[in-house]
Amino acid sequence: MLPTPDTSHVDYDQIYEPAEDSYLLLDTLSSSSETAFLHSHFRSHHAPLAVEVGTGSGVVLAFLAANSTTIFNRSICTLGTDLNRRACIAASKTVHKACDNKAAPFLTVANADLTSALKDGEVDVLVFNPPYVPAELPDLSLHAKYNTADTLSSSEAFDRDSHLLALSYAGGVDGMEVTERLLDDIPRVLSPRGVAYVLFCAQNKPEEIKSRIRQWPGGWDAETVGSSGKKAGWEKLCIVRIMKATTN
Amino acid sequence: MKLLTLNFLTCARKACKQEPSAFPLHPREAELERVEMELNPEFLVNVLPRLEWKAIRSLGEELGLPTLPETAPEESDLMDATTKEPTQTLRDLHALLVETSVSNGKLVCGHCGHEYAVKEGIANFLLPSHLV
Repeated sequence: MLPTPDTSHVDYDQIYEPAEDSYLLLDTLSSSSETAFLHSHFRSHHAPLAVEVGTGSGVVLAFLAANSTTIFNRSICTLGTDLNRRACIAASKTVHKACDNKAAPFLTVANADLTSALKDGEVDVLVFNPPYVPAELPDLSLHAKYNTADTLSSSEAFDRDSHLLALSYAGGVDGMEVTERLLDDIPRVLSPRGVAYVLFCAQNKPEEIKSRIRQWPGGWDAETVGSSGKKAGWEKLCIVRIMKATTN
Repeated sequence: MKLLTLNFLTCARKACKQEPSAFPLHPREAELERVEMELNPEFLVNVLPRLEWKAIRSLGEELGLPTLPETAPEESDLMDATTKEPTQTLRDLHALLVETSVSNGKLVCGHCGHEYAVKEGIANFLLPSHLV
């Protein structure tokens, strides 16, 4: 077992607390089958760029950064994005604590909407634990105010915290509105050898999504590489690996 | 935000994505911070092929940092063949890309002129709704 990064400094009133979904990502990315795949897939020397979209506490990004030798068999650079500026700061601290400035470069956590600030074709490993709960999306017209304001009355501060937390779980219709935007941008941001890991819950209808991805122009694979929640609970989770189909 | 980040980012506006002048973003009024990091020659040798050399070189120039060679070095230019020690070029790259961060300032798109603020090391790429 690789150590779980320390997130004790993170304020869970405003930032998603690592939960079953986060741990499923850690377990899947460090499973023997997935590390065997990643070692073989990234055996060429070019240093991979791993990007976590919507880092929250940063537990997943820090795990990849601190354990890159085990998981990838090489040094990688890591980059995160989050809509919540407070999460960007907290996640950066999580990575620094986990890596102690020794591992390969952690670049930054950019305060950005999904992959919007990324250059075309650079991401080798993309990880996304989306807001996947079918619940109304927070009002984004209020985001700029809540994202940067520090001096708010206590009732406004409560509204701000509710807004920031909702960003981390509320996914709109089918819990898929945010994930759909991310999926749309995957072909643009992934490198030719790029691999994306996206988490879904049962209500997101992952089998339908996988069939749809396989129809993307250019030939794409989508395969379930991890799952949890063996009971028939609605929050049964799975992780789907998305990449260009190999022609061999 | 380490300077190497700028090798991978561009303007968040959709209309700028295909514009060569939108990359790299230009640091302005940048407050730089240097944090010493252990030299990792393997990483630098492996990241070299994916650097946009002209962009990286121009960043160094714009920020008044030690000038990098005009053309991208070869892998063989990073490690001394006889001593097996890192060369000065590798050390310069390490200092520029891995040890130097932008802690405050702006990142400016060379195409649309939009300025992205950097505060305490976090760059804000959120666009007002009329620019999305």
